[in-house]
This record gives sequence, C-alpha cells and structure tokens, in this order.
Amino acid sequence: MSYSTASAAWWAGIKALLPIAPGIVPFGLVTGVTAVKSGLAPDTALGMTTLFYAGSSQIAALQLMRDDAAIPVILLTALVINLRFMMYSASLAPYLGPLPRRWKWPLSYMLSDHAYALSILKYRNNSMGDYGHCFFAGAALSMWLVWMVSATVGIIVGAQIPPGWSLDFAIPLVFLVLLIPVIQDSPSLVAALVAGSVAVSAYSLPYNLGLMLAAISGISAGLWLESRQLHAASATVTESES
Amino acid sequence: MSDTSLWILFAVIGIGNFLLRGCFILLPGSQRQPVWLNRALRFVPASLLAALVFPALIRLQSEGLEFDWHRLLAALIAAGVAWKSKNMLLTLGVGMGVLWGLQYLD
Repeated sequence: MSYSTASAAWWAGIKALLPIAPGIVPFGLVTGVTAVKSGLAPDTALGMTTLFYAGSSQIAALQLMRDDAAIPVILLTALVINLRFMMYSASLAPYLGPLPRRWKWPLSYMLSDHAYALSILKYRNNSMGDYGHCFFAGAALSMWLVWMVSATVGIIVGAQIPPGWSLDFAIPLVFLVLLIPVIQDSPSLVAALVAGSVAVSAYSLPYNLGLMLAAISGISAGLWLESRQLHAASATVTESES
Repeated sequence: MSDTSLWILFAVIGIGNFLLRGCFILLPGSQRQPVWLNRALRFVPASLLAALVFPALIRLQSEGLEFDWHRLLAALIAAGVAWKSKNMLLTLGVGMGVLWGLQYLD
C-alpha cells in the first residue's frame, strides 16, 4: 500500500513518529538541563541545541568543555559521534537525492536516527510510492519539534535546579543508556571494553587526547575480532564442503 | 572560552553535522560508501561511548585507580536497569536516586 497524495504521506509520517515521542522527551530534557548546568547562558544553550541537533554529540561536547579539553578534541568528538549520519545519508541518497535543493537542504538538517529508521523500512518495502519524501518530512519535522521543545523546557527548568544535586552524573548515565543497546555481539563488546580501558588509563594525557586514542583502539579491536570471526566462519564452510 | 569563540565552535560543529547528514543526499548522483568504512563505522558508537563513560566513573592516577564508590555503584545499578529496560527516564531516575541515597546515608 503506498500513499496516493502528498498530505496522506505527510500525516502518516507524523503519526509514525508520535508513539516514539515519549522516549525522546527525557533525552531532550537532559540535554537542555546539561547545557545550562555546564554554565551556558540560556540563549547560548538554545543556539547550541539548534546548531547541533544531536543530543549525544552535544552532551559529549559539554562534558569535554567542563574538562577543559582542547578545542580540536571537542570538535572531533562531537563530529565523530555523528559519523553514523553518513551511513543514513548514503542509504537515503537514492530516494532523497533526486529532489530539488529546497527539499534536500532542510531534510538533510533534520535527518535523525528516528526519522531514518521509520522511513528506510518503508522505502525498502516499496510502500512509499511517489510521496516518500513527504512521509520523511512529516516524521523528521515532528521529531525536530519534539526535540527542540523538550530541550527548551530542559533549559528553562535546568536554570532553576540548585547546584549540589550532582546533576553532572546524568551525563555518564545518558551515555550508559546509549551504550548498552549498541553492544550487540562480541566484537562490539570487545570494542567497548578496549576503548573504555584505554580511556581510563590514558585519562591524564593532555587535551583529552586519551579519548581519541581510546576510540581508535576500540574500533581497531572490534574490526580485528570481527575479521577473525569471519575468517574462522569461512574456514569452517570450506572444511565442510571438502 | 569567550562567548564569541563558543559560538564559532558551535557553528563549526553545526555545519559539520549538517555536512555529515547531507553528504550523500546533497551530492549529485548517488555514491556508494566503501565497505571498509561501513565496517569501521559500526564500532564507532560502542567505542566512543565507552570511552566517555568509563573515565567519568574510574580514573587511573599515579597512586592507582581512583573512583568515587557512590557514583560507581549507582552507575553499575543504572547499567543493569538500562540493559533490562532500555528506558532512559527509568535509568536516569534509578541512577540519580541511588546516588542521592548513598550521599545521604554517608
């Protein structure tokens, strides 16, 4: 079943996003609270949220700013966390690429994990018809609104919360919630353990360079284990064939 | 950091984020990503997030491992909650609650 009109696709996109909004709101709130609790003025915090439009990237940047990390390290970390958007961009390009620029620019800015996940399923099932971009726009814009409203509430509320509530502890807690679902197999577990241990041992390196070293070590360890497993699997296949 | 340099940093990251999202959509023709890049990108979230979480809880100093046991215990319990529920609000509530409880008792 595909959408016969642009507005049907648009409303379907909005309706698809709404059920997951309650899961997004707490993350938006925490992002807003963290920004003001890190010493940003409310308008700077709101500007940062609008420019980044990426919660984990923003919280990581805020944590590094607290730690007085070097600017290139903040920049690199904030962008590396978002490298996954390149994968989304590549997989949506066949569908969104042919659109005119007035569509592509705003849709690129609003590309998010949730809007991607909802749309790519429908594109792959061939259930989008001619109005897939309207579905994507509906989902992406409502995601953006939910995010901005909840972050703004967080910024307003955060300014009222007294210090001494140890709210900085929310930062590692948010990363824990994001970390646990991405550990799906042994290579990703090893990547996390290696990166975590290197980060702990190399913490005293200047400019938070330990973070970059840790990430590179983790990625290499994951790749190494994965290729070993692929190798072992193909060896078993060859043995059973002979 | 001054206010101006802060805004410049945020704007540069904002433009970078936009380019990461738009790179393949905005370029003419639909390029395919090299396979090795896709394989490496798969491990970015696990590695980077772990590298951000671990030192916030434990640090290696010249005198040995240094940690705040309140935070470490609260984080371990929160990790269990996150694993079971995948729910951010519940994890934050339990983690902060345990931390406040331990700080109050100590």
